Amino acid sequence: MTFINYASREINCKIVYYGPGLCGKTTNLQYIYDSTAPASKGKLISLATETDRTLFFDFMPLELGTVRGFKTRFHLYTVPGQVFYDASRKLILKGVDGVVFVADSQEERMDANIESLYNLEENLQTHGHDLMKIPYVLQLNKRDLPNVIPTADLTAELQRKGEPVHEAVASTGVGVFDTLKSVAKQVLTELRKS
Amino acid sequence: MTDTPIAIREPQFQQLQTALAKLRADSSAQVAFLVDKNGQAIAVQGDVSNLDTTSFASLAAGNVAATGGMAELVGEKEFPTLSHEGERESIYICVIGRALLIVVFDERASLGLVKLRVKQASREFAQIFAEINTQANETTNNESLFAEITDEDIDSLFK
Repeated sequence: MTFINYASREINCKIVYYGPGLCGKTTNLQYIYDSTAPASKGKLISLATETDRTLFFDFMPLELGTVRGFKTRFHLYTVPGQVFYDASRKLILKGVDGVVFVADSQEERMDANIESLYNLEENLQTHGHDLMKIPYVLQLNKRDLPNVIPTADLTAELQRKGEPVHEAVASTGVGVFDTLKSVAKQVLTELRKS
Repeated sequence: MTDTPIAIREPQFQQLQTALAKLRADSSAQVAFLVDKNGQAIAVQGDVSNLDTTSFASLAAGNVAATGGMAELVGEKEFPTLSHEGERESIYICVIGRALLIVVFDERASLGLVKLRVKQASREFAQIFAEINTQANETTNNESLFAEITDEDIDSLFK
């Protein structure tokens, strides 16, 4: 849910990175955090287990610049990918303005991708959102690994509505900002429509 | 149902700030803070020079969301208030519609006093938010401002 403060001339939007466990959601945020000037970002908050698996969420605020005199700030969240944290995933989707689905390109994670995508659709519905209508981007991550499924096959399996698809290697930053730009543009375009 | 955007205009923002300042003074608190349930900071009063308000807002919302999830599991609609007591600093959170009213206080205040003052102030906050919601449903000149955002405006953010 976009929050517009006319007094301080700010627009705040919420973007959630979704996907199966260990697909690279936190790595996306970590790369954005590491590559952004200190003035444009706040702290990266990670609520993680002792083994660095996301327990509740990761969060970072990112200021992109000014549109028509309004500061635009994106609040980036990840969800915990592990199946049994579904209650937490549902909570984090509340008030979401745009979603990035991070798919793990490895062959053995295909089922996990599909399961997570169904889970996303279901959880969006509980908040009254429709995946077919919400700003949405598909990221095919881990393209550098040897056992990846060809992009065309992954896209055919996971693309839902002709959404932008970005190949990525989040650990080195490939495709990370393209993905972010892609979803942020859709969110701002949606704001214009409303 | 999908939430509509919260849009706060100058008069309501000033009313919120005034009500927050009063609450902070009346409860002898260090900080009085309004956050929306999705973790966006709305307004704050007090000394926040050592407080990362953006992170604080998102964590408070996560805290309330998690507690709300537990409430549902035990058959409650929600737990409308939360308090966390530390050795020196304490936090009291009260859910007011779509917003969270958060008070940070130390030994100069007591939880009882903070609870009382928050309860007294919550009606005023609820009224201001009702006005904000009413205005959000009305079309104003300001809203057309976003309709005029061009593709170039959006692209310029990513240069």
